[in-house]
Amino acid sequence: MSRQFISGNDAFALGILLAKPAVISAYPITPQTTVVERLSEYVESGELDAEFIHVESEHSALSCAIGASAAGVRTFTATSSQGLLYMAECLPYAAGGRYPIVMMNANRAIALPWNIYGDQSDSLSQLACGWIQAYAEDAQEALDFALMSYYIAEHPQVAVPFMVNLDGFHITHTYEIVDVPTREQADAFLPPYETENRIDFARPKNMAFSAGPGHNKIFRRNHHKAMLRSSEVIVECESRFAEFFGRRYSGLVDAYKTDDAEFVLVTLGSVAGLARDAADELRGQGAKAGVLRLRYMRPFPEEAIRKALAGAKAVAVLEKDISPGKGGAVFAEVSGVCESVRLNAIGGLGGEDISKESLRSVFAMLAEGKEGELWL
Amino acid sequence: MAVTAKNISRNEFFLGHKACAGCGASLAVRIALKTLGERAVATLPAGCMSAVGFNFPQLAFANNAIISTFAGTASMMTGIAAGLRRRGEKDVAVVGFAGDGGTADIGIQALSGAIDRNDDILYICYDNEAYMNTGIQKSSLTPFGAATTTTPAGRNIRGNPGKKKNMFAIVAAHGIPYAATASVGYILDYARKVEKAARIRGTKYIHVLAPCPTGWGYDVADTVEIAREAVDCGLWPLQEFEAGEFRLNRKPGNIAGVKDYLKRQGRFRHLTDADMERIAKPEGDR
Repeated sequence: MSRQFISGNDAFALGILLAKPAVISAYPITPQTTVVERLSEYVESGELDAEFIHVESEHSALSCAIGASAAGVRTFTATSSQGLLYMAECLPYAAGGRYPIVMMNANRAIALPWNIYGDQSDSLSQLACGWIQAYAEDAQEALDFALMSYYIAEHPQVAVPFMVNLDGFHITHTYEIVDVPTREQADAFLPPYETENRIDFARPKNMAFSAGPGHNKIFRRNHHKAMLRSSEVIVECESRFAEFFGRRYSGLVDAYKTDDAEFVLVTLGSVAGLARDAADELRGQGAKAGVLRLRYMRPFPEEAIRKALAGAKAVAVLEKDISPGKGGAVFAEVSGVCESVRLNAIGGLGGEDISKESLRSVFAMLAEGKEGELWL
Repeated sequence: MAVTAKNISRNEFFLGHKACAGCGASLAVRIALKTLGERAVATLPAGCMSAVGFNFPQLAFANNAIISTFAGTASMMTGIAAGLRRRGEKDVAVVGFAGDGGTADIGIQALSGAIDRNDDILYICYDNEAYMNTGIQKSSLTPFGAATTTTPAGRNIRGNPGKKKNMFAIVAAHGIPYAATASVGYILDYARKVEKAARIRGTKYIHVLAPCPTGWGYDVADTVEIAREAVDCGLWPLQEFEAGEFRLNRKPGNIAGVKDYLKRQGRFRHLTDADMERIAKPEGDR
């Protein structure tokens, strides 16, 4: 283990270096670009024995990754924003084919209007594409997700692709102190990728085929079940991770002082730290405030949310996206499992700062019994 | 040893599929796979051949085969080639079969990228000159004057007003190691080009004319004859591009045959003599 002062992108790239993908395909897009720059440097220096493929678009980046995964090797790609949307056709393709590709997505606003800064509109628009979706809070968790994502995605009980989301700039470009595992530790933690779902000359296969009515349902249901099963594999993976690296994660959600909380803010990504600070300040003034950070959006942490919010009087969801004509995507999902959800705070769009004061006001509005939508 | 009718593999790798009677494209896939053998990995985007070959549980490929996204034939092949290389697989032929729309329209970006990287793949475009699988819509490889369901021949417009994109020249302009045109009417010429391409490292491109009785409007028994006529009348010259040099494989014998070629196909039935002369002129639109 070494301690390094690095950006979230660099931390993630180190995690991928340790995971040793055999094929990396990528196309540059801000703010993801430095991840693949680091990886190409590792390939150049010989630290990473991988094929780095310069593709001509994000669509090709994921299409290429699907081909490599179908050949049976560990594969990585990364993207952001418009790039994620440009490759969108390939997202359910990779998932339906059950190819355990890992992709980093630097969460960023989508056009129009053009905006290169961070929000979560890109990945939250793709919740139904069949990928596991995790949201890191900081650079350390980003690195750890890079390692754990392969373990979970490649697990025989799961076999679905894994999207790790890092808040654009807030995580990708912010420097933090990160514990970096050694090569030996990483190798011991993460077994090599083995699968039968691959091109095989001894037993030739027809892959990525059509399935008509009747059969279609079976493949889709199997995929859904695998996603649900992945919740257990995530827990198993985190116990294993704690044994190897000493850092223990908390499953699909990260609950902060929710046990006795009357007012809870549900959110995801890097803003959670600020939310915890706000909750602590309010607790200092006698208000029972808590924060529930969703570490995963898929599989959706239904049970964990229900449990964490069971005693709450009023709940707000804070998210950096908007589904015009409805509201926040996360709000809609959390409302479906908890009756106490009252407020939908929309903030951080197009990279706008979210202040602690604004979070305190969200808690205050919950205490006042306010309902509806709130634009920070 | 050059492939011949006698020594070509008796094994079938593409059988039990649902292609129309007289399908030229299925012939192109079948012969290429017989030539390449069991170490071929076939990638097919959305299109006629994937639609007829991959209907679970009726899967028609005896070798490894996969459907790519429509635009992603070449990029998926890139990934497959890289993945197999990493697995230490040698003597593998990563081959793609994409239609004219899948190649010249939606797939051209990925194809250009693969050629640019000089990935070790063989890309075969089976050209039936329109989006046949979806019901005969115009592609950029539909020739001038052809009636399709999106370029109908009526009083105001007489079929496709545009001309056929020259994919062979576009591909050659990349400086590709090997490119060729072929026709299912000259099947041994085609098979030998596939065989030659398989021995060359880097990106290879073969553009095979594959007539479609359903879309072109001729009798299902005439596919091979029509495919020969297209070559003989000079509309579809058989060519190669290798090591930077162009080569014409076969001198067109019957330039006057253009009208006969056009007249026997329903899609050209509406053409006037002037239209046909325009098509026949070597410098004219095709």
